Amino acid sequence: MTRSRRLLILAVAVLLLGGVGAALVLHAASRADRPRTGGPAATAGAVTLTAGRDTLTFLGSGQGPHRGALASVPADAPDGTRTVSDLSCQRFHAAAGTGVCLRSSPGALAQDNKAIIVDAELRPVRSFPLAGTPSRARVSPSGRFAAWTVFVSGESYGAAFFSTRTAILDTRTWKLEPNLEEFAITMDGRDHRAQDVNFWGVTFAKDDDTFYATLSTAGETHLVKGSVSRRSVTTLVKNVECPSLSPDETRIAYKKRVRAGASLWREHVMDLGTLRDHPLAEKRSVDDQAAWLDDDTLAYGLPGDDAADRTDLWTVPADGSGTPRLLTSGASSPARLG
Amino acid sequence: MYLADRSAPSGAKTAPTDRGSGRAPAVASTVLALGTVSLITDISSEMVTAVLPLYLIAGLGLSPLGFGALDGVYNGVSALVQLTGGHLADRVRNHKLVAGLGYGLSALCKPLLLLAHSLGPISVILALERTGKGLRTAPRDALISLSTPDGLQGRAFGVHRAMDTTGALLGPLAAFLILGVAVDGYDAVFGVSACVAVLGVVVLLLFVPSGAGGTPPRQAAAPPAALPAPARPNPVRLRDAAALLRLPRLRALALCAVLLGLTTVSDAFVYLLLQRRTGIDDQWFPLLPLGTAAVFLLLAVPAGALADRIGRRTVFLTGHALLLAAYGLLLWAPDWPALPYLVLALHGMFYAATDGVLPAAVAATVPESLRATGLALVGTGQALARFACSLAFGGAWTLWGTGPALAAAAAGLLCCAAVAGHVLRPSPPVPAAPAPPDPARRP
Repeated sequence: MTRSRRLLILAVAVLLLGGVGAALVLHAASRADRPRTGGPAATAGAVTLTAGRDTLTFLGSGQGPHRGALASVPADAPDGTRTVSDLSCQRFHAAAGTGVCLRSSPGALAQDNKAIIVDAELRPVRSFPLAGTPSRARVSPSGRFAAWTVFVSGESYGAAFFSTRTAILDTRTWKLEPNLEEFAITMDGRDHRAQDVNFWGVTFAKDDDTFYATLSTAGETHLVKGSVSRRSVTTLVKNVECPSLSPDETRIAYKKRVRAGASLWREHVMDLGTLRDHPLAEKRSVDDQAAWLDDDTLAYGLPGDDAADRTDLWTVPADGSGTPRLLTSGASSPARLG
Repeated sequence: MYLADRSAPSGAKTAPTDRGSGRAPAVASTVLALGTVSLITDISSEMVTAVLPLYLIAGLGLSPLGFGALDGVYNGVSALVQLTGGHLADRVRNHKLVAGLGYGLSALCKPLLLLAHSLGPISVILALERTGKGLRTAPRDALISLSTPDGLQGRAFGVHRAMDTTGALLGPLAAFLILGVAVDGYDAVFGVSACVAVLGVVVLLLFVPSGAGGTPPRQAAAPPAALPAPARPNPVRLRDAAALLRLPRLRALALCAVLLGLTTVSDAFVYLLLQRRTGIDDQWFPLLPLGTAAVFLLLAVPAGALADRIGRRTVFLTGHALLLAAYGLLLWAPDWPALPYLVLALHGMFYAATDGVLPAAVAATVPESLRATGLALVGTGQALARFACSLAFGGAWTLWGTGPALAAAAAGLLCCAAVAGHVLRPSPPVPAAPAPPDPARRP
């Protein structure tokens, strides 16, 4: 083949592939402005996080202009018309007038990840840089403490390296515990010192000191009970991930790994008094930190049945009875403000 | 005098400019073509790498911890596939074909990512992608070495590695540009990545000469000492590959690659240690690998050329000395503001002085008919050793903590480098047979 013919073929290939690539980008870009048909109705408006109004907040997760935007609905009409704010996050949680918004935006050279603390009117109060991709967010029932977990990833998916980092912030003093791994760990009654410790999925009690979280070390996950003021945690039981404390603080909802090594989880509820647990009626694998809507009901996100680029919110009774029910489609990061 | 004219560059037939006017050009056109293929392919794969965590966590709502556990397996797979790819390329006498299959397989995997929505299928697709990478590495390096005169191997590999790294740096930029235009446009990122990967295959097909370096095996060429493979165009058999390890020089290089690989702490740990040591702000953490890559990119060509001139052994060992210095700084340096820059610079210099120089040295010891197999042998040994080091370092980190673990790695590296310096010492000329071209013996 002559040189000029090869260059011609190359030029044609560049044009063709460039055209396909440009079309893909333009298609994806226009999709962001196109309202999705068939989804719940939404109007732009002011979302407030103040206690007293019984609302459910979540992030829009369907394709369209409200993807990632914080929305609210009355708690008794979850599928009703949504009020959509202009705050956009990857993960969100709120309680008593404080919200934490984990946001990841494309930066010049790498992702730009931030945790933004917002007040009841969603005004940013402070923001904190994150070392990785947002994963879990929680605010304590009083609104005083916020916690978040990010995944810190290596530079390539060929590198055997994945690590989490969990931080707890006091929004009164702005004292930040940037890494729970600095806390003293008591495991099975003894001091545990190991460098392979990872924490994720904090959930707070009402006393603004006690919290529960997942601790991973030596290939196993543990439920830990911790104290912010004492900067310490104690292990309770194994194979517990992403705990969520019930409003009456007697039970923990969590995801339990079905088989070691497999990425399959079942949602369980454990009685903290007896450490006995039971599975919920949800048979699908739940990879989320569930939220309690009230003392009897849990909400969690699952990938959409028909479209995997969307998460739907489901609920299931906490006592293991009943069946899962769709709460609202195209939503993630649920929080009940009451 | 470094041109080692008695073994004519194999690419001479298809790349006549190599020896056109009696003065060798900077690099053979085949090397530039392969460098371009790698550049384009790395843009494609690093686009995916850059957005994958965000896609898994934010897009699909998965927690990727399970995925992290699978990663080690991929590395092992990739290393073993490399051996297969290298041997297959020598066997069918068509390095371009096997390399093309590897590039093609990886390109196919990118659009498939769009169809997978749970961790299982995504893991399978990424494993296939790694298989493609493993398949193409050795035949590609063989093509580079076969199109380059012996005395310019270091520079040729330096040029290739610099172009490769350029692609790796451009990939995330392209991905974030797309995500900037199209919010949550992961499908667009994967789609464009696939288009870019296909372009890489097109460039390979059009501009890389086919066959084993583009020449038929020459019987006239003086075979290296103890050549286990027939110089005749006989089929290459598995036994010949095994017999390669009877070549003293290759055995020495493979041994050193394994020994030094066993004490080379993986990049991720280095960045983690650097952050713990210096308290670099979280928002800078993702940029640390870019620092290493930038230094690697700038110095790969000069280091390769230097290796051709003063000896690959010297440069290769110096590279490891620089890595040792980086470990030392991480362990004992005072809290200078310049510490992160120094460590990253040393880390990048280590890559520049070793990543292309090792295959250049290997290429000079392996007969042409088994070039890809020889490169794969050393590459696989090194990759498996580094994987073992990752596991061991992780264990030591858990048991003893960061400082002692790194001190142990540094002590290990010092010992292994000393052994390597001894094993790779210039040997006296062997009187019985013409010695293989030995870069280390040149002044």
